[in-house]
Amino acid sequence: MAEQLLYLTELLGLKVHGLNQRVLGRVSDAALVPVAHPVRIDRLFIGGAFTWLTVRQEQIHRIGLDGIFLSDENLTPYHPDESMLRLERDLLDQQIIDAQGRKVVRVNDVTFEVVREDGHDVLLIREVDIGLRSVFRRLAQGVLPRRMIRRLQSRIAPNSIGWEYCSIIEPDPQRRLRLNISTSLIEKMRPADLADIVEELSPDDREALFTAMEADVAAEALSEVDPDIQAQIIESLETERAADILEEMDPDEAADVLGDLEERMSEEILEEMEDAPKAEVEELLEYDEDTAGGLMNTEFVAVHDSATAGDAIEAVRSQPDMADGVTTLFLTDIDGRLTGVIPATRALLARPDASVAELSPEEPVTAHVADKAARVAELFDKYNLLALPVVDDEGRMAGVVTADDIITLLRRK
Amino acid sequence: MFRRTRYHLAVFFAVIGPGFITAMVDNDAGGIFTYSQAGAKYGYLPLWTLLPITLLLIVTQEMCSRMGAVTGKGLSDLIREEFGLRTTFFMMAALVAANLTNVMANFAGIASSLELFGISRYITVPLASAAVWLLVVKGTYSRVEKIFLFATALYVCYIVSGVMVKPDWKEAAIYSVRPVLMLDPGYITMLIGMVGTSVAPWMQFYLQAAVVEKGVSAKDYAGSRIEVIVGCIAMSVIAFFIIVACAGAIHSVRPRDINDATDAALGLKPFGNAAYLLFSAGLFNASLFAACILPLSTSYTVCEGLGFESGVNKRFREAPIFYWLFTGLIVIGAGVVLVPGFPLVRMILASQVINGILLPFVLVFMILLVNKQRLMKKWVNSHIYNAVAWTSVVVLTGLTLALIALSIRELMR
Repeated sequence: MAEQLLYLTELLGLKVHGLNQRVLGRVSDAALVPVAHPVRIDRLFIGGAFTWLTVRQEQIHRIGLDGIFLSDENLTPYHPDESMLRLERDLLDQQIIDAQGRKVVRVNDVTFEVVREDGHDVLLIREVDIGLRSVFRRLAQGVLPRRMIRRLQSRIAPNSIGWEYCSIIEPDPQRRLRLNISTSLIEKMRPADLADIVEELSPDDREALFTAMEADVAAEALSEVDPDIQAQIIESLETERAADILEEMDPDEAADVLGDLEERMSEEILEEMEDAPKAEVEELLEYDEDTAGGLMNTEFVAVHDSATAGDAIEAVRSQPDMADGVTTLFLTDIDGRLTGVIPATRALLARPDASVAELSPEEPVTAHVADKAARVAELFDKYNLLALPVVDDEGRMAGVVTADDIITLLRRK
Repeated sequence: MFRRTRYHLAVFFAVIGPGFITAMVDNDAGGIFTYSQAGAKYGYLPLWTLLPITLLLIVTQEMCSRMGAVTGKGLSDLIREEFGLRTTFFMMAALVAANLTNVMANFAGIASSLELFGISRYITVPLASAAVWLLVVKGTYSRVEKIFLFATALYVCYIVSGVMVKPDWKEAAIYSVRPVLMLDPGYITMLIGMVGTSVAPWMQFYLQAAVVEKGVSAKDYAGSRIEVIVGCIAMSVIAFFIIVACAGAIHSVRPRDINDATDAALGLKPFGNAAYLLFSAGLFNASLFAACILPLSTSYTVCEGLGFESGVNKRFREAPIFYWLFTGLIVIGAGVVLVPGFPLVRMILASQVINGILLPFVLVFMILLVNKQRLMKKWVNSHIYNAVAWTSVVVLTGLTLALIALSIRELMR
């Protein structure tokens, strides 16, 4: 049943026959109108270099390797339309994101399925072809007969991506809207995988992606991207948008990104940020990147040392943003000075009315905000820490360095 | 404040690299032979060509690095997106063929330069090819680039050996700016050869890809432009000293043809062992350097253009075509050097023909691309720049066609 498939390379140049088997021209391009139908080819264009005619899908009677036969010859001239995706112009040879394979790929060809619908043939996009088989098909097209190419290509292993996993990158926001291109497929990917893809794209495409994605997804992905590229992406965005994304990032990471920007730009972005995250980020910006202060995060759970285990759990519950990552609880006295640490699980297992002081808190290992990053890494190694409290000159808790910060630090060297 | 200064320093060092390396690799085994030959046979007379060569190099290299910085895409990517798969495929096929013979020439350079130190090629060539393969596949990008930068520093060998020969500096200075044209077929052939070997197709692909890989943005481009210009000048300075060394050591004693670059090194022997050894060491360094870069650059360019997975950070299974191509180029390139009676000279002449056929296409595509408003925005060529660029292309094309004719005549012999 191979006849039911048609490739874009075969479609282009296919003869279009009118009512009396008269040849009207050859196919120059095919277009999808995503708002009308997500996978059905809406129109074909025939003609030469100067004038093109539009064939609407309902005017087609039959589609085969021998040509396209129309049921209606009443064709209108082509006029450009922002809401259509022209396959030859906009898709072929361009880069798209394969959301399932998690990589950037270049489109060699497109596979259609020919389906009979209401008594006429329609083309449905099925796959985007990459790999050797489609390269061979493209190169041989026009040199060898279509049927012979099909026989020969079957020896080469196919390599295709289902259309439902393809994500097109469109830099123009207006067109993105008209073409109904969503970033939902991409947003479902793991931030680290998404970051790898972002690093492979061109600056324009990166900008497009970071403008279109939800701010929280964009923030997670951005934290995983290489620092140089982080700065470039933020610089390319509108100030307001950049501020939205940075607000969603962990303050220590947002501060790192801002620290890599030029002073004027980072101030402009800070200006646009909301007060709470802005204050935290500004505080962190004071510290040099290469110190405990530069590594630390200002989000942590501290409880008074006379509180109960129940209070401690309640404190974790009140900060749902960070509940996932809490490993350690910090005990402080009335002045905010650090007095002890207990593993979070210990509070969880204790009776709710037990005082945290009874849970045998440990003498905390601490770092000073100005301590060198290398020293901090040493402490993590020596004491097998998951989280290290950072204190200021008065011994008050300023923030926490976590093990993932240290892994990033060591990998970067 | 401290952070800001470091930011600017980082930009400076991030930008130093691609343009410099590309220009230096241009002085590979083939280049050194051409320049030695010119100096040995015609003395100081050919020195004036270095000035126009530098200009031609700057014009072409500048356009490539600008395209890389602005679009964030390699030259083969852009050609693929704008001119289609078939055009790209034929260009890539020609590039592989031309570069394979370049790789052969450079492994031959490694073999013969180390034979001057008395080490058999059956030991050095397998070792060198293994080293090249491991360095690129197992090394990280930043480490590899550091090694490359170190290799560019070793080109100083030529300056030192040039000085040790005690050439006639006054004559060298005069002929550097006084054009001498003679209607001697040998002289004209040599001039064409000098220009022909100085601008090669692979350089344009490598430079643009390297600029993208470094993540140079349009904003940092000013620094990159300086680096390209400095690199091209440095390349000419090295060429100057090679010609001067051979003019002072060989031509001033008895003008003659030399058979290969090691022949030139031997000619320096009467002026002290040090000059001879430095010249040979320089040849070894240049050959090894080019043998590293050419296979890597070729595999990258081809895979990017044709849409196959590429990159040394991918595993063999993820990017099989990339690794097979890379390995194949090294194995074949090194292997033929060990085959007794292999017609290497004929292969190199053939490579000049292929390079010559490819170059005009590459240059014309480059100018067409760099003038596309959609791609380059405000960084398109100015009218004056275009006039200069088109003139350069016409000059280069004319000289290359002449070189093709000469090479074919030589091949037919």
